[in-house]
Amino acid sequence: MEAATAPTRPAEAPPTRRRVSERAREERKLGWMLCAPAVAVMLLVTGFPIVYAIVLSLQKDDLRFPDEKEFVGLSNYIDVLTSSTWWEDVFHTLIITVFSVGLELVLGMAIALVMHRAIFGRGPVRAAILIPYGIVTVVAAFAWRYAFDPASGFVQGLPLISDTAAPLSQQSGSFIVIILTEVWKTTPFMALLLLAGLALVPDELHEAAKVDGASTWQRFVRITLPLMRPAILVALLFRTLDAFRIFDTVFIQTAGANGTETVSILGYNVLINRVNIGLGSAVSVLIFIFVLGIAFAFVKGLGTSTAQQRGEV
Amino acid sequence: MSGSHSRLAAITGLALAALTVLGCGGGSSGGGAVSLNWYVFKEPGGAFDQAVVDCNKQAAGRYQIKYQALPTDANQQRELLVRRLAAKDSSVDLAGMDVIWTAEFAGAGWIKPWTGANRAVAVKDKLEGPLKTVEYKGQIWALPFTSNTQLLWYRKDLVPNPGEDATWDQIINTANQKGKAIEEQGKQYEGLTVWVNALVAGGGTPLVSQAGKVTASDAAIRKAAEIMKRLATTKAAPPGLNTNTENEARLGFEAGRSVYQLNYTFIWPSAAAIKGFQDKIGWVRYPRTVADKPSRPPLGGINIGVGAYTKHPQQAFAAARCLASDKHQAIASELGGLPPTTEAVYDDPKVKKAFPFADELRKSIEAAGPRPVTAAYADISLAIQKTFHPPDSLNPDDVVGKLKDRLDKAAEGKIF
Repeated sequence: MEAATAPTRPAEAPPTRRRVSERAREERKLGWMLCAPAVAVMLLVTGFPIVYAIVLSLQKDDLRFPDEKEFVGLSNYIDVLTSSTWWEDVFHTLIITVFSVGLELVLGMAIALVMHRAIFGRGPVRAAILIPYGIVTVVAAFAWRYAFDPASGFVQGLPLISDTAAPLSQQSGSFIVIILTEVWKTTPFMALLLLAGLALVPDELHEAAKVDGASTWQRFVRITLPLMRPAILVALLFRTLDAFRIFDTVFIQTAGANGTETVSILGYNVLINRVNIGLGSAVSVLIFIFVLGIAFAFVKGLGTSTAQQRGEV
Repeated sequence: MSGSHSRLAAITGLALAALTVLGCGGGSSGGGAVSLNWYVFKEPGGAFDQAVVDCNKQAAGRYQIKYQALPTDANQQRELLVRRLAAKDSSVDLAGMDVIWTAEFAGAGWIKPWTGANRAVAVKDKLEGPLKTVEYKGQIWALPFTSNTQLLWYRKDLVPNPGEDATWDQIINTANQKGKAIEEQGKQYEGLTVWVNALVAGGGTPLVSQAGKVTASDAAIRKAAEIMKRLATTKAAPPGLNTNTENEARLGFEAGRSVYQLNYTFIWPSAAAIKGFQDKIGWVRYPRTVADKPSRPPLGGINIGVGAYTKHPQQAFAAARCLASDKHQAIASELGGLPPTTEAVYDDPKVKKAFPFADELRKSIEAAGPRPVTAAYADISLAIQKTFHPPDSLNPDDVVGKLKDRLDKAAEGKIF
């Protein structure tokens, strides 16, 4: 039997290979066909608006003066990039981004550790922590605005805070309220992502380190953090991208007053308020480029960190 | 697997169906009367609803007006209208426009000019202030429907009558002596432009020309900034002035933290909710910027325009004339607290009852200093707001330079 079957195999091999490749080709074709609607929809809903925005950004195009429409090349970009307003707004945006993401990382990590170690009531603990993330951003922004409002807020009634304090009337106060709102709202998101990372840290390593006499802090810094690096980077990437495009919270709380105008508020003012489609598209495209840059930097950092983990570098 | 597929398909189908239905929402109903959409803010008193019902009855089948309510926030109203009009939406038959957008809409070609008999009706017996807001480049672009102005409201029980020729400096002094506030609108929004515009116009010359160039003297702009800063940095400043709008001002006045309030007439019906409070409120004309020149009070209100892309212009003009008729102006005063634009309507007993200060109101609207009537109004207003906010940290020395720089950039369509 063995002798009989053995020689037939090599003989069968070539047609089999041909058949597999035919099948593979068919499968690939089917795969593309199955993907095609999704690809078409993606091109339509993301590709087209991006390309259209770039085309518009190269034109002088104000909806109120339809007769003055013309191609102006890069002059909209030059106008934006040479204006102090744009760079001031980038600075404001970076303040909000750095402080809110930094605070969220620290608090998110603490919450993730709590959720990871919670022995009883895991479900309720996780659900309770997630509630702020489930609240609509505009609603959260209003809630915080009213809390700090001198006429209706409760914050002024707290000890150590002046009864007539109006934090949303000045720059530092406005930044603090905006950042607090952001932190309150999105720390749960950060915590969830970090919790997923924590689950990847094997308990054996902790136990081995414990046997070697490592303190809790040493184990956190030397074992947990390095192993979580990809998860931390992913969490930071998502939140930084989000925070850089911040719009709703600022719009509701200050609308860009008191020197809190962010790049997205600037884009809104030019695009929606001034209906200057050309200039506004240039602002939008620049925000897009900044976001791409941030994403690129993070993904690069992420790539090296996973490579390191695999021992490739 | 197949279960989740079919569910997905069902959801997608539903979403598509919903989109289709929404997309067709603006179309006119088939057969019968011509359907006209009137886009205007949601008037909570029911005055606009009543006007629509009334006009539909009068039309006797010629047209059927549909009240498409816009948000109460003026910026949001404008956004929604501009988006439709810029996309040449034929469903905008009638637009209720704030007085400040009329020139913008006219300049962009989004509304039709009023000519012939329609024009004659639009301008007939109208007060001069509201009439100026519908004139642009020698043509009439809308029908003035309601008007509004700010009065100086004061607490009769706490301060003496400031008089018709009171100046800002005087009322700030009195407020400081009493240790009580003057309610104003200091948030970075259209209300701040209203304040700046009235202060500068009170110096004798309007702030900005139709072309968007500064026409007021440097001294007048500086004086406006000085008054704002003085109010914002002394005891006359209400808490949260930098973020207060008309409503916070009203609430502050009703809470008793202030002796003066600069605000529109809506505060009067609102005061009725507090027992005996109306008896404590007095009113005089808007305060003067400089002692030897009459004040130029702010001017607000709604004009009704006919959308440029409407399929039924003839019916739309007729409907606008009905909606803004004297009778409906009186109803708007009575139910909505919105002052009339036709002079004679001020003598209507219903209006006199709604506004015990009707005479002051009419005089104030007649003397008002309209905000710039220009196609680039949104840019100009934004430039003013950014320059004069926050009032408490204004620097009167550099405010003129900053304003001119921003207005130049606005005129050139640049970032500011």
